[in-house]
Amino acid sequence: MAVIAYREALNQALREEMRRDPDIFLMGEEIAEYDGAYKVTKGLLEEFGEMRVRDAPIAEMGFAGLGVGAAMAGLRPVIEFMTWNFALLAIDEIVNTAAKLRYMSGGQLKLPITFRGPNAGAIQLAASHSQSFESWYAYVPGLKVVAPSTPRDAKGLLKSAIRDDNPVVFLENEVIYGLKGEVPDDEDFTIPLGQSEVKRSGDDVTVVAHARSVHWAMEAAEILAEKHDISVEVVDPRTIRPLDIDTILDSVRKTNRCVIVEEGHPFCGIGAQVVDDIQREAFDYLDAPVIRVTGPDAPTPYARNLEQLSLPQAEFIVQAVQHVSYLE
Amino acid sequence: MSRRNERGKRVLVATKATESDELLGLDRDRLVEMLRWMILARRFEEKAAEMYQMGEIGGFCHLYIGQEAVAAGAITPLGDDDYVITAYRDHAQALIRGLDANALMAELFGRVGGSSGGKGGSMHIFNAARHFMGGHAIVGSHLPIAIGLGYAIRYRDSDAVCVCFMGDSVVNIGAFNESLNMAALWDLPVIFLIENNLFGMGTAVHRAAAVEKLADRACAYAGMEGWTVDGMDVLAVRKSVERAIERARLERKPTLIEAVTYRYMGHSMSDPSHGVYRTKEDVLEHRKKVDPIDHFVDTLKKHAVIDGSDVTQIEESVMAIVAESVEFAKNSPEPDPEALYTDIYYGDYPDPKRRDPWR
Repeated sequence: MAVIAYREALNQALREEMRRDPDIFLMGEEIAEYDGAYKVTKGLLEEFGEMRVRDAPIAEMGFAGLGVGAAMAGLRPVIEFMTWNFALLAIDEIVNTAAKLRYMSGGQLKLPITFRGPNAGAIQLAASHSQSFESWYAYVPGLKVVAPSTPRDAKGLLKSAIRDDNPVVFLENEVIYGLKGEVPDDEDFTIPLGQSEVKRSGDDVTVVAHARSVHWAMEAAEILAEKHDISVEVVDPRTIRPLDIDTILDSVRKTNRCVIVEEGHPFCGIGAQVVDDIQREAFDYLDAPVIRVTGPDAPTPYARNLEQLSLPQAEFIVQAVQHVSYLE
Repeated sequence: MSRRNERGKRVLVATKATESDELLGLDRDRLVEMLRWMILARRFEEKAAEMYQMGEIGGFCHLYIGQEAVAAGAITPLGDDDYVITAYRDHAQALIRGLDANALMAELFGRVGGSSGGKGGSMHIFNAARHFMGGHAIVGSHLPIAIGLGYAIRYRDSDAVCVCFMGDSVVNIGAFNESLNMAALWDLPVIFLIENNLFGMGTAVHRAAAVEKLADRACAYAGMEGWTVDGMDVLAVRKSVERAIERARLERKPTLIEAVTYRYMGHSMSDPSHGVYRTKEDVLEHRKKVDPIDHFVDTLKKHAVIDGSDVTQIEESVMAIVAESVEFAKNSPEPDPEALYTDIYYGDYPDPKRRDPWR
């Protein structure tokens, strides 16, 4: 098993899938000649040519919709947004078109399209460039939403997203593009959409976290084990829609306590949905109210100290776990 | 094609249909087919209006009555591999592209026998088998889709084309620029066909678009040509679209065509046909002087292609189809309650009712 960075894992997934299926093409800003703003598409133009790796003008609605049209005609487009913040200009094509055409055509159409790019905060990019959009897209029937936390998950899930015959919103994370991890070399390696993974086993408290938050959760779990003798189980949903709630519920039924972590805002966040599922299906197993560690109910600030405060970092998760354990 | 309005500004008007140069070398069958499509679209929608008023059809229902020459002239020259896409005023295009009238009427009724099983309604008509790709209800949203169909054609190195119908107000939305730019940039075989019926809902074109002729917008894109055609003259539309098809097939160049036409009804069935933005007399005058069906019948009679009995025969056969479509729609059941949850995803998906334990 090779140790590679998150961005290389994504690059491998794209390259392997494009070799496998000639109907796959990539489109986005700076993805071809420039090798991608974050180098995820590095070297792909050279191997696959301009028709399959196409630099688009800065026209998000235009090229997102182009992908939808090409998918309607049977191709399998992968559309890159330089960041998901810019996809707000294209959201009509994702939400009103890609997600709804199958339903509104009574099942006549199939939309095998992946929209991908970095989601959530980076470093001091301020409010317009630091948003978490998973709850926006997870709200929409007809879409699937994926948010991998490790290089292994990134590769396995992107391959599945591309092979999926539905529109998939694939949320990467700029800050962890350089994160390294073990990734299987096997070209047939994929991870099915809709499967949570227990990233760390534990008995006392369940911490649910996805994307970058998984790393803060793992850090917190280490601190809690070493300093507080609390055994934390970290569950990473990996796919937000469809959400594998059963793995989370199994963990909560075992630990009876739960903390949910995400970078996004608290109001209507993914955690709010997970809390709803837990209270409905595992109410009697809870020994404490479920609490959430999220970004603040405020836009993301520029100042370094304030931005740091807005992240659901390990220190906050440690406090939250102690809180649900009644150990403050 | 233009006149000065009361404020001295030059505005486009639908002109009295003039005789086309010739019958474009089309044989009788082709010509009669075009007339038949126009009459079918007209009678079908007149019946749809009646059904709407009786409460059989709900929601927004935008009728094409008066504009039939545009769809008939643009769709009849296409081949099976070509694509057609349009906005929400989509019944005529769907019919002329080959959607069964029964399936269309049943869709308007929201019945299981409808083209989308009753889940799309008037604004979302699809017939993927005939490459009719909708039926799109958000102004501007289907232009990027059209260039995606064009991109797929280029990708497969096919010589198909895509005809993208749109209303006049689309020229002012961002997606119009984004789509025409990419179509020109990458030589996509897309024909952008503006149905300029002079009003975007109740707003006259000159109050929304800072351009004299909408087709002039083509000059912003290298390799794209744009021209204006009389949209009340089916042969003029056909000739114009054939020229654009040739450009698309042979040169892979996109074209912007503005067909100046006129809608007799309100913007949708919920809106009056006249009032603040135009007078009743304006509407009656257009119906009387430039009706595309009357004009085409006159042309065909003048060239001795048809006589009065042919028209009667077409009318009778069309009325039978329309009557049958209503019967079919009425007899088609409402969708099964389970249909609420089908056709959301392709393939397996976890039970969407899990979060509704009360259901």
